[in-house]
Amino acid sequence: MEQKTKVNAEDGKQDLVITREFELPVELLFKAYAEPEIVEQWMTSKVVKLESKKYGSYQLEKTDDKGNIVFQANGVIHEFIPGKKITRTFEMANTPFGVQLEVYAFEKLTDDTSKLTMHVIYESVAQRDQVLQLPFAQGINWAHNRIEEVARQLK
Amino acid sequence: MNLRRDVFQAIADPTRRAILLLVAAQALTAGAIASNFDTARPTVSKHLQILTECELLTQEQNGREIYYHFNPKKMKEVADFIEPFRKMWDERFNKLENIMKKYNSKK
Repeated sequence: MEQKTKVNAEDGKQDLVITREFELPVELLFKAYAEPEIVEQWMTSKVVKLESKKYGSYQLEKTDDKGNIVFQANGVIHEFIPGKKITRTFEMANTPFGVQLEVYAFEKLTDDTSKLTMHVIYESVAQRDQVLQLPFAQGINWAHNRIEEVARQLK
Repeated sequence: MNLRRDVFQAIADPTRRAILLLVAAQALTAGAIASNFDTARPTVSKHLQILTECELLTQEQNGREIYYHFNPKKMKEVADFIEPFRKMWDERFNKLENIMKKYNSKK
């Protein structure tokens, strides 16, 4: 089966490309990136600030049940061309992953479909590979949490 | 669950990656593998044990010697190491798509 979301990360390079085709008109796809209240929904993070314009900045935040901040990300927008392109930086606070440069290209395929190409450039090959392994490490933690939960119920 | 059997954990170590490269070229005994490293022999044995436990290497008895073979099938899983990253984005984009489809119909 053809995968909707593709990741192309060549060995030994410090960038990667994520592509995805959407069953959405390109205007709606772009809106999902431009409107704070929509970003909040699909990123499942609180949008503290999002200035969708050239030289604007943004800040995302995720808190746990107790109100502790578990994830914080921020960056500045260098280019903002409605329906076409966003160029921005992205940095996760308090992590060793550095600043990444993200170039989003929005493309109309048909009236009802569109394509997003996300080019992400990292500070080094090592940092890119660390980020690539991040969800995997999380996956392990989640698996552990689930195991713990199941174990607790067995008691 | 034995975490050590995790294939990703196994290749996180540079010495173990070097061992895999050596053995991928030809099956070798523990002694032959160890001679390629400055590391103490027991350390190399430990690495071999870990690589065998996670099935990146297989052992084959040949007379008195045990030869280590590379297991390419298991390595395939490593090649797919970006899969969790891809899945994470796929799920995120699915969510975006669903939200915007509803957004569209609301109008």
